[in-house]
Amino acid sequence: MAETAEHSSPEEFKKHLGKYYVVFVALLCLTAITVGVSYLHLPRPQAIAVALAIATVKAGMVAGVFMHLISEKKVIYAVLVLTAAFFLLVLLLPSFTTLESAGV
Amino acid sequence: MSAHAADAVIPHTVEPHPVTGIPNGKFGIWLFLASEVMLFGALFSSYVLIRTQAPHWPPEGGLSSEILNVPLATVNTAVLITSSITMVLAWASCKMGRIDRFRFWMGATVALAFVFLVIKYFEYTHKFHDGHFPSTNNFYAVYFTLTGLHGLHVIGGIVVNTFLLTAGTRLWKTDRDHFTNRVENAGLYWHFVDLVWIFLFPSLYLL
Repeated sequence: MAETAEHSSPEEFKKHLGKYYVVFVALLCLTAITVGVSYLHLPRPQAIAVALAIATVKAGMVAGVFMHLISEKKVIYAVLVLTAAFFLLVLLLPSFTTLESAGV
Repeated sequence: MSAHAADAVIPHTVEPHPVTGIPNGKFGIWLFLASEVMLFGALFSSYVLIRTQAPHWPPEGGLSSEILNVPLATVNTAVLITSSITMVLAWASCKMGRIDRFRFWMGATVALAFVFLVIKYFEYTHKFHDGHFPSTNNFYAVYFTLTGLHGLHVIGGIVVNTFLLTAGTRLWKTDRDHFTNRVENAGLYWHFVDLVWIFLFPSLYLL
């Protein structure tokens, strides 16, 4: 939760609502762009890169603004860094097995 | 339950815990979300492995976007994004002391969650009607597993949000800050469900 929003009066808090609407419109626009790009039938590697890049930006907006990660306590960041490390491990671990079977 | 246990008060529901700097409920929900990342992460990792090892994807040929219903899934993406902002506005209404507005926005959030499930129901029944099941091939196994687990999370969100909208609202009369924190925690979960779909939609339908 944003520090400024947490400790402000209802009137002051109301001023912070605008950013939620901005993110909402941006998310809808990025969804339209994702679908639009898919109709261009780009080569698969480029298509995957573009789609996942847009999805990452959208996820960043949801996490940063809707989930208030932009101004969160250190303990939450610590938990998330640990989670990201294990997530990458889970994502990459199977690749090592395929490398082995491919004789690399 | 003993009288002692019944009288016990869960500490730090409103005031921050001295060690973490946040209320216990919020810390708890973030730890839960961390475990959820690993749950979906393991399945997503399996999907990447299955897909990269497959000679053709989808196995039956063609493109994912030709096999799955992109327009319906796009609408569903917009529905979930909209439900995320209504959830934020429900929490913001509590922060501004407006329980009437909270009821409106939380009601909208629950309604949108049902819309998402109804659209998913049509997608699923259409696939079943055409004889496509999780056992058909790896493509459908991945599709039904990931969207099915996500759908279960949507149902979970409906249960929690409906509780906050009905019986749970009683807490507002006795402890507004505690109730507001509960809404925030439910919101954190709901935004996570939205966040997972943001990755599932392009990965399954468009690529």
